[in-house]
Amino acid sequence: MSGSVDVFMFVIVILNLAILSSSRLADCIHIVALQGVLVGLLSLVVQDSAITFRLILIAAVAVALKGVIFPRLLFKAIREADVGREVQPIVSYPISTLAGTLFFAVSLWISSRLPIPESRFLHFAIPVTFSSILVGLFIIVTRVKALTQVLGYLVLENGIYAFGVVLLVENPVLVEFGMLLDVFVAVFVMGIIIFHINREFDHIDTHLLSRLEDWRSRRPEGEA
Amino acid sequence: MILLLVAVPFAAGIAVFLVRRKSFSRIMLVSAAAAHTVLFLFFCSYRANGTPLSKWFYLDDLGTLFLGSLSFLFLAAALYGVNYLRRESSVAAEKDRGDDIFANAPEALFVGCMLIFLSAMTLVMVSRHLGVIWIAIEATTLASAPLIYFHRHDRSLEATWKYLLICSVGIALALIGNLFLAIAGSGNVQGYAPLFLDNLLANASTLSAPCLKIAFIFILIGYGTKMGLAPMHTWLPDAHSEAPSVVSAVLSGALLNSAFLGILRVHEVCIASGLGAYSGDLILFFGAISMAIAAVFILSQTDYKRMLAYSSVENMGFIALGTGLGGGAVFGSMLHLVNHSFAKAMLFLVAGNILAVYRTRIVSRVKGALKILPISGILWVCGFLVISGMPPSGIFLSKFIVLRSALASGHPFIVVFSLAVVAVVFIGMSINIFKMAQNGTEEAIAAGDEKGERTLAVLSPLLLLLAVVFLGLYVPPVLENLLEHAARAAGGS
Amino acid sequence: MTLDVTGLIYVALAFTLAPFMFGVINRVKAFFAGRKGRPLLQLYYDIFKLLQKGAVYSRTTSWIFKAAPVIILSAVAVSVLIVPYGGHGALLAFEGDLVLLAYLFGLARFFYILAALDTGSSFEGMGASREAQFSVLAEPAFFLALAALARLTKSVSLSGIYSYFSFGSWSVMWPVMTLAAAAILVIFFVENARVPVDDPNTHLELTMIHEVMVLDNSGPDLAFMLYGAALKFWVLGALFIGVVLPARSEMPWFDMLVFLLGMGALSVLVGVVESIVARLRLLRVPQLLTTALALAILAFMFQNS
Repeated sequence: MSGSVDVFMFVIVILNLAILSSSRLADCIHIVALQGVLVGLLSLVVQDSAITFRLILIAAVAVALKGVIFPRLLFKAIREADVGREVQPIVSYPISTLAGTLFFAVSLWISSRLPIPESRFLHFAIPVTFSSILVGLFIIVTRVKALTQVLGYLVLENGIYAFGVVLLVENPVLVEFGMLLDVFVAVFVMGIIIFHINREFDHIDTHLLSRLEDWRSRRPEGEA
Repeated sequence: MILLLVAVPFAAGIAVFLVRRKSFSRIMLVSAAAAHTVLFLFFCSYRANGTPLSKWFYLDDLGTLFLGSLSFLFLAAALYGVNYLRRESSVAAEKDRGDDIFANAPEALFVGCMLIFLSAMTLVMVSRHLGVIWIAIEATTLASAPLIYFHRHDRSLEATWKYLLICSVGIALALIGNLFLAIAGSGNVQGYAPLFLDNLLANASTLSAPCLKIAFIFILIGYGTKMGLAPMHTWLPDAHSEAPSVVSAVLSGALLNSAFLGILRVHEVCIASGLGAYSGDLILFFGAISMAIAAVFILSQTDYKRMLAYSSVENMGFIALGTGLGGGAVFGSMLHLVNHSFAKAMLFLVAGNILAVYRTRIVSRVKGALKILPISGILWVCGFLVISGMPPSGIFLSKFIVLRSALASGHPFIVVFSLAVVAVVFIGMSINIFKMAQNGTEEAIAAGDEKGERTLAVLSPLLLLLAVVFLGLYVPPVLENLLEHAARAAGGS
Repeated sequence: MTLDVTGLIYVALAFTLAPFMFGVINRVKAFFAGRKGRPLLQLYYDIFKLLQKGAVYSRTTSWIFKAAPVIILSAVAVSVLIVPYGGHGALLAFEGDLVLLAYLFGLARFFYILAALDTGSSFEGMGASREAQFSVLAEPAFFLALAALARLTKSVSLSGIYSYFSFGSWSVMWPVMTLAAAAILVIFFVENARVPVDDPNTHLELTMIHEVMVLDNSGPDLAFMLYGAALKFWVLGALFIGVVLPARSEMPWFDMLVFLLGMGALSVLVGVVESIVARLRLLRVPQLLTTALALAILAFMFQNS
């Protein structure tokens, strides 16, 4: 089974690079959705033994959520917020792409040092999932639009989910569903807030969400 | 059975969402809070052992302590909240904020989210499975986000977005920590450790130390974000200042505690596994940084709710400091936890009264609170004295216990540091508090609306204040026993 | 020293068939445009015609301008000798010859740029600066892609690397081979000045990169430049085909056939891409190159050793 897991990991790494270098918001959402589907199916691919009904159920829910429902939510947010379709990075695209490869290199180094039992160490799975986590954090930090921050959060969650799957960490069904539900509600609430942000500010640039701060001394407007 | 504690508020919240009438919501708010307290007392006195679900849900000493403070706090907040909602809806539907007009969210949303918030926090405290704790803490983030956005204007929106994103990322990091915990038990038969707390504690010696260390770091940073430990606290001043005062009270008084409980659970595992010194040092380190940062920022505050928020950061840092020290200091930390919850909630509720009258959060525009709002003004000043550790407040007692134990166990620098921070915070807060309480000029009195003070608006803060002062004078044996057991579980002696 | 007949045949094929590829490309583009297009052997006619003309030199140029075409052609011609074709070792293979390859291309590019600057025309200077800018990103990508393959096959010689591959190796080493092939393909388009990086048909000031640098060349100089470009196409194509279609059967003529068909298919692919894809804005080209660089770096890291 290690061969097919490697295929998945390979595609996930390429998708990470693709998100970092893509300038169109719609493309980014599709890429994250595809990554979510792969991560959801990963739990079926990793199994050496028989695939239980429980696994299929969780995989189906994960694929449905990450591959279908989240993109729908996000596209709805784009449409209603009526924002420009361009990703606005703080760091330029070439540097983002190179940062993605840097994260992969760092994850390779880290995973060689992690005290994870060898028996379950599928060779590239740990570095790839770890680099997904780093890429997700990077996207949150270096993109201006609120929607892309949500995308970064989704990439982060994909990475963590894949990390758990690869390490064959089994949680009871309820806990798995609870985690998926949490991510779903989080994205849902974030979508609503984005809609409100756009309605309030006429854009979704988080650069301009900085009236509350303590670094610079200026009088705040603390009205009721 | 224990799950009733979680289910009752949750069901009440759903009911409020379905039936959107105002009177119904207000009644549900108070009755659900009261039911929660009654159930808590019931389960407290009658501890069910060996129920079928006790691997999943069980009320141990730590849980009882945290849940108790949550329950009483929420009851007080609910009583205040009814008056708050009445006041909010009686004013014109659209508020004038100087130059902008904003509206409030529907009341049903407010009450419903509060109740679900309560049930999520309760779930954190009764759960024995670390995965469920994670789900519950994430649920608290999601339930409280709409609450922060109750007043619909741009600054609260900014605060909500920051809160949502920063806390979600933090909790995602905590999930990584949970995964590492699960691998830490890879010496088991199944090759992983099921995340039941009792399993982990029982098998603590077989857990792989490096994995456990990494897991703890992730959990500390992840849940520490939610708890308000610096430098992950950046959402806290915004969220606590922009939210309605009732919500701020519950956030400061209960939510930060539940996040701390998440950290404590893993700290327990570390102690059982022999890494108690490691995890304790880390907690101490972050606690100290939080205190320092809070002290620095509190000096320049011009917004009194933000000032209270930074005071929360400082107190949470102190609790972390005490827990990290170990030994007798943990008892003091636990006592401080309870005291701080009540005192901070009380201060926020009084701040709500002041805000309603003066309609501004800027300190320099609030003058003469003692004259215009006599009871609230007195409560404000007393509250400040209580929270900055003036005897006979409970805060004084708990701080004293921690610092004495620190001195006795050979950490003089920590004592000096803490006292310095306390002094700085005292200076910073007192300037603002006294400015607000005095100097009532004629124009200022005319500027404030003459609304008078209703009973419910001052009853809750008064009760909370009395509770803290009472605890400062005399800790009842029941509570002391509970504190001792809780402290022992959290690494004390 | 035994005579390496197959190697000699490959080299002869390279020198004779290289201009033919451009004819194929143009025919494909004409097909897409609904035209009949130029004759397949057009480039041969052009080169022959140019060789018989006299060269005109501007008064502002120096010996560099006269020497550059010769140097470029000779550099590329040497590279033809060190690149392996069809899995068969090159005529001049030795340890570390991939470094020599990279530097031969670097030398050619260097004189390309110098000659363009030498004319004193700001027009050509603009093209030269663009070429220099893109080569900053393209050269590391190329080098790293080859280095990734070297690390994979544990050999520092091009012939050693390429003789290692076979169709079977795709099932085992496919991640690295895919990434390296993708990187080499992007570099192929960049170095040969093909759409989407640079349009060989354009003569608009804002859009030229390579054409503008040869504007002042005439007669035999231009012939050398054109022929050198064709040889470069062949060499880079061979590097790409060597990874993608590694036929290693016992029969050399079968490998040779596969190789030639692969080159033809590559030309068709280039024609198709040129017809379908629009040229990238100049601001986006660094992004494309960085992607190639990222793929090459990934290829280097994604290995089991």
